Amino acid sequence: MNHTDRETGAYWRANLRLVGLLLVVWAAVSFGAGVVFVDVLNRFTLPGTTFPLGFWFAQQGSIYVFVALIFVYVVRMNALDRRFGVDEGSDDAGDPQGPGAGR
Amino acid sequence: MNVRAWTFVMVGLSFALYIGIAVWSRAGSTREFYVAGGGVSPLANGMATAADWMSAAPFISMAGLISFMGYDGSVYLMGWTGGYVLLALLLAPYLRKFGAYTVPDFVGDRYYSQTARVVAVVCAIFVSFTYVAGQMRGVGIVFGRFLEVDVTTGVFIGMGIVFFYAVLGGMKGITYTQVAQYCVLIFAFMVPAIFLSLMIAGTPIPQLGFGGTDAGGVGLLERLDGLHRELGFAPYTDGTKSTLDVFFITAALMVGTAGLPHVIIRFYTVPRVRDARISVGWALIFIAVLYTTAPAVAVFARTNLLHSVTDTPYAEVPAWFSNWEATGLLTFEDLNGDGRIQYTGPASSTPNELQVDRDIMVLANPEIAELPDWVIGLVAAGGLAAALSTAAGLLLVVSSSVSHDLLKRALYPTISERGELIAARVAAGVAVLFAGYLGIDPPGFVGEVVAFAFGLAASSFFPAIILGIFTKRTTREGAVAGMLTGILFTAAYIVRFKFVSPELNTPEHWLLGISPEGIGTVGMLLNFAVALGVSAVTPRPPSAIGYMVDRIRVPKGAGEAHEIQA
Repeated sequence: MNHTDRETGAYWRANLRLVGLLLVVWAAVSFGAGVVFVDVLNRFTLPGTTFPLGFWFAQQGSIYVFVALIFVYVVRMNALDRRFGVDEGSDDAGDPQGPGAGR
Repeated sequence: MNVRAWTFVMVGLSFALYIGIAVWSRAGSTREFYVAGGGVSPLANGMATAADWMSAAPFISMAGLISFMGYDGSVYLMGWTGGYVLLALLLAPYLRKFGAYTVPDFVGDRYYSQTARVVAVVCAIFVSFTYVAGQMRGVGIVFGRFLEVDVTTGVFIGMGIVFFYAVLGGMKGITYTQVAQYCVLIFAFMVPAIFLSLMIAGTPIPQLGFGGTDAGGVGLLERLDGLHRELGFAPYTDGTKSTLDVFFITAALMVGTAGLPHVIIRFYTVPRVRDARISVGWALIFIAVLYTTAPAVAVFARTNLLHSVTDTPYAEVPAWFSNWEATGLLTFEDLNGDGRIQYTGPASSTPNELQVDRDIMVLANPEIAELPDWVIGLVAAGGLAAALSTAAGLLLVVSSSVSHDLLKRALYPTISERGELIAARVAAGVAVLFAGYLGIDPPGFVGEVVAFAFGLAASSFFPAIILGIFTKRTTREGAVAGMLTGILFTAAYIVRFKFVSPELNTPEHWLLGISPEGIGTVGMLLNFAVALGVSAVTPRPPSAIGYMVDRIRVPKGAGEAHEIQA
């Protein structure tokens, strides 16, 4: 195994850790709060509203978290790509690119 | 101007816009036809994905379904958005890096097998046609009610428009039309929602409105739960499905979303891996606008409906009631002969006298709430935009499956670029005609039909693609056996309960209490198990496949969408 292979292996493991962590949150807000624990959470209301909490997670909260998860993923992955030098092309490596500055 | 005139104006303007875009964005090469030349910006692609994604089902049926299902409707909300997290984290960047034109391209190359490719083509066509049937029914409903033309004529007009821009422009035409269609449909969905929210909850933000209080200071949801109990329905925020079933349906919809070929191929159209990642994020934002509003609309619609029909004398019903009665989607039978409408649930001692088709709620909503006529016209145009944009995306999958995967990659590899482009257009044309037939003679509810497409996608493509990226050991034998097991099991279960013996379609007869809507999750698990099991006992994939997988896993060197030589 040469140097590049080890680097790529480390990149892939870091990627899997990040994805695994985000998927745990993904499952927790939808299958956890929105389905399995919905009745328990429904005993509370979302502060400042009249939403039963579990119902809110199932019909609103989970969706907001999904959006946030993807953007966290984009930022962290782009950073990871640069750290391991596997991002796309040197021509755009110097771009001051936050998410959304794609083109 | 009356409602009908406004509808003609709104629908006519939007159609003129789509045709204009189609003429401007004709496809000149197969690359433009299949992946819009690979140069679509992530933001535009996000918007196009949202329109591609939000079909007649979410626009026309979903708020209505939720309105009648209450908490149970959450399966659609979480299922049809949560899949994008899977798509962003597990599929889109890698498939973009792979850089093919279609999903069977990936399956065929990664599993070094024409059999795998052909199985994937068959799955893609099967899934897409199931889904397109739902869209055409949506087109028929809108034309039937708002333009007062015969459903058949309506479907023909809709097919004509799709034919024009899908056949002419391919992915390029479809992408830019979908951007326009997203704008039309989201505007059409939000305007009545904001009106309703202001009227009922006193805030212009529907997402907050349905968790607010009404004029009397009582929580809207609390009040709706109360009304439901009074009328003998299950409380709105509780639902009636078992937790296990909700779990499985949600999972099937999520995984199905990530496995739908017409959604996956959208991420081939952006220039880089990084663009594919962010593009999924944009898509989900655009989708979330509608998906977080829909449950609010559902609550407002339910409240309005219960208030406006409960114990109303039949002789005094509002105009919308009679309009929808004429379509047969709303029926009233005065069982106790008192001349008043009793709309009650299963737990009530009074028999229910009113049948409301769930598909009409979003379309009837502006009329029920007495919104201005132009809003009603706008909703009709939005419904058509939603149905047509998705139909076009699906038809492209069918057309590229035939011309690219079957002709070019399997049967007739020496076909010229020009010949392939002609084949793609002919296939798109034939697919349009077949979709039109399904629209005129449609099976079931829009939402339900579409839900099956998800089960089929979840149980066929998703495991094959995931294993193809995240393992190197999965073999062609494993992948083919997995896909066949998954889709056959899922299709058989659905056919048994929905078509062969619908009278048995009750929880006692279901496998572990899982409904046909949720069985795709079991199909997916079976697919994973069979694929891994068979792979373990079949010869390792050739070493070239290992290098290919390594290359897919890093963004560097993505370049443009291109043919991979296996």
